[in-house]
Amino acid sequence: MQPVLEMRGISKTFPGVKALDDVNLTVEPAEILALVGENGAGKSTLMKVLSGVYPHGSYTGDITYEGQPGRFRDITDSERLGIVIIHQELALVPYLSIAENIFLGNEPARFGIIDEDRVHARARALMAMVGLDENPDTLVTHLGVGKQQLVEIVKALSKEVKLLILDEPTASLSETDSEALLQLLLRFKARGIASILISHKLNEIAKVADRITVLRDGTTIETLDCRGGGIDEDRIIRAMVGRTLANRYPVRAPRIGDVLMEVRDWTVHHPVHADRAVVREVGLSLRRGEIVGIAGLMGSGRTEFAMSLFGRSYGQRISGTVRIDGAAVDVSTIDRAIAAGLAYVTEDRKQLGLVLGEDIARNTTLANLPGISTAAVIDAVAEHRVAAGYRTKMRIRSFGVTQQTVNLSGGNQQKVVLSKWLFTQPKVLILDEPTRGIDVGAKYEIYSIINELAEDGRGVLMISSEMPELLGLCDRIYVMNEGRFVGEFDRAEASQEAIMRAIMRSKGLNG
Amino acid sequence: MTDVTVSKSMSPGSDVVPRAARGAGARRGRLPMAQLRAYGLIVALAVITLFFEVATGGVLFQPLNLTNLILQNSYVVVMALGMLLVIVAGHIDLSIGSVVGFVGALAALLMVRFHVDPFSAALLCLAVGAVIGGLQGYFVAYLAIPSFIVTLAGMMVFRGLTQVLLQGTSIGPFPEVFQLLAKGFMVNVAGPWTSVLFALALVATLIGLSWRRRQARLRNGSPADSTAAFIGRNGVTAILILAFAWQMSAYRGLPNVLLVLLALVALYGFVTARTTIGRRIYALGGNIKAARLSGIKTERLAFLTFANMGALAGLAGMIFVARLNTANSKAGVGLELDVIAACFIGGASAAGGIGRVSGVVIGAFIIGIMNNGMSILGIGVDWQQVIKGVVLLAAVCLDVHNKNNRL
Repeated sequence: MQPVLEMRGISKTFPGVKALDDVNLTVEPAEILALVGENGAGKSTLMKVLSGVYPHGSYTGDITYEGQPGRFRDITDSERLGIVIIHQELALVPYLSIAENIFLGNEPARFGIIDEDRVHARARALMAMVGLDENPDTLVTHLGVGKQQLVEIVKALSKEVKLLILDEPTASLSETDSEALLQLLLRFKARGIASILISHKLNEIAKVADRITVLRDGTTIETLDCRGGGIDEDRIIRAMVGRTLANRYPVRAPRIGDVLMEVRDWTVHHPVHADRAVVREVGLSLRRGEIVGIAGLMGSGRTEFAMSLFGRSYGQRISGTVRIDGAAVDVSTIDRAIAAGLAYVTEDRKQLGLVLGEDIARNTTLANLPGISTAAVIDAVAEHRVAAGYRTKMRIRSFGVTQQTVNLSGGNQQKVVLSKWLFTQPKVLILDEPTRGIDVGAKYEIYSIINELAEDGRGVLMISSEMPELLGLCDRIYVMNEGRFVGEFDRAEASQEAIMRAIMRSKGLNG
Repeated sequence: MTDVTVSKSMSPGSDVVPRAARGAGARRGRLPMAQLRAYGLIVALAVITLFFEVATGGVLFQPLNLTNLILQNSYVVVMALGMLLVIVAGHIDLSIGSVVGFVGALAALLMVRFHVDPFSAALLCLAVGAVIGGLQGYFVAYLAIPSFIVTLAGMMVFRGLTQVLLQGTSIGPFPEVFQLLAKGFMVNVAGPWTSVLFALALVATLIGLSWRRRQARLRNGSPADSTAAFIGRNGVTAILILAFAWQMSAYRGLPNVLLVLLALVALYGFVTARTTIGRRIYALGGNIKAARLSGIKTERLAFLTFANMGALAGLAGMIFVARLNTANSKAGVGLELDVIAACFIGGASAAGGIGRVSGVVIGAFIIGIMNNGMSILGIGVDWQQVIKGVVLLAAVCLDVHNKNNRL
């Protein structure tokens, strides 16, 4: 059978850099092809070549789409032929309705006047196909991320998609939403739509993909056929990183000391709906040298708990006590929380963690400017020394500390954020999804850094949605659900099953 | 943005050496570009200056006109310093033209009508300016009302209040002492050589500071100028300053306003580049959420930038009326536009987080020399507006173009 898409010998050069080097990729009819590789392996560049973002002529090599040579000048060209790409950052207009978003740029209209009846009828029909049960007039901003993702897919369907490209579609989805999305891809497959799925979540890929194409350093390494079985995550990782990661988590012999931080009866209410408790009577303890995890599903209140603890940066009507080294501390504003020895590494490093337009040095010192100043005057030499020190210690890959953080890879950006917080000399570090969107190799480095922090006698509180990561790193794991701590396991007792069981048992406790 | 992904796409983790090598290449490619941008502004100023010097047949640089240029432009520079902080923090202040009028009228009432001693009156006027700025800053920072709207309202309110204070009259003349603020000159203790001696001291200070900074950079391993570039740059600066002083000494020497300007430029240059509060304002404008989560009191900082802007607008208002020697209800109309234009021409970003004192001062002088030169040439106010508008747009286009090429 003739493949839907064949890309042969694709090379793409940017000034001084070869981003793609002789890449080959085929997509068979009605199959799900997974495209994997570390961050920066060239996946996104390849998809931009395919969709016409980089027009024909700006790369070398051939694209054959449905038997015809594909020479796309822009995205409209490729979309007209049914190639639709859904980017990781959703491209929806928040203050337009679902229906308006679906037909944006493509409105059923006569003489420029939009045919509202047809818009609604078609929107409803398309929404039913993906199981999106919402009023088409609802503004997109009122939907959760999972449903927004569905709106993007409906938008693709409205363009009569034949080849659907999804760039990390489940990166910000909860497990249930991710599962639903994967089921949807399988349904599309049954209807003859081919998909290219870019993802870091290897378990999902193993579940739905027919074949897996692995990119590394801008070239195709191999294509694995999963239909016969026998392809497991380790096999994929080996192809991605070009070596075996004997152990995905660095080993550490915990040296756990006295109780460092104690939180009691911590209750937080929603910032808008004052009567809704988001965190309920949470209590925890953290010892010196200990890494403690907080497991839970998306929306269980983990980030809200952490941020409310860190200077009340989330929520209102916050009650409860925090003790550090046995003494009650005031954490009512962020600078007081920092002074008390807390540091919070946010889950959203681009929006909340870094000033992207500024360089590594300025970001490193931002939370502790007094540490490099005398009488409010910054000592540039000291600043440079501090930043350079962390750059070496954290193994930040850059040409120096004057490089803008916007140009760093995700893993290196995360190391800059960690440096910033280490320079505040915290006793307790709260890490919120510290490896989100970071590739496998860099993850290992971040894990090693976390281990070193604990070995220095700090307490680490770590929130993660990746359970293997928590199990691999933490000495103790609290399980959170619907705003409560519903379980606590030490390293020996903890397992994915135990954690899931604790979550499921607690469902509906709050009525 | 595409090239950003590319530089990321080359981080496979294992190739530390090639990555570092590429970094060095990028630095070599980047520094001249950044310097070009810094010098681009100076080149633009030089081209515009030379153009008007030739077009006016040498009138521009005549001692009398040079002095006028400083006096006319002084309040724009004073307010541009405050506006820079406001813009870097991600806001805008449209009210300053009206605040100039209001504080000028208040100064006239206090000194001329009520015979308040000029020093106390001036201090009071500064304080009133700060309070006006702070009041607007309160709405912007703590009530989260967009600064465009708050200061648009302020623009109307204080223009109206200016008219209320003056009741349709003009008030003047001011006490002699107060007029010295805008019309006075440094006492020529050393005769005609005073200006040059002062300039020599200034040049020595500048070269000393520049030398120290370079030494620190060299010690540090940070990128620093070559010896030739260092000597060249400082030499040119020294010659320009001395030539300027020599020319000024042919009229009445250095105006007091110039000393005020120098002090303020030095102060704000230092605050923005070297102090924690300056650094925090840049972080606030660059990413307010990240700044807040780093323990920075973003509301208070925004409030302070507006209070500071108000105080500087108060000072500018006093210089303005002292120069005209009369307060009228039209004083400062449209002045905010020159000030904002100076900031954007000088490379401040409307999105916040970017902008430097040196750039803004040059931007203010580009505007000032254009105003002055076009007036000498007898170009009507109508065409002056058109030309200034085109220059503003061109400057910002160039800036955006440079940025896109850099990323």
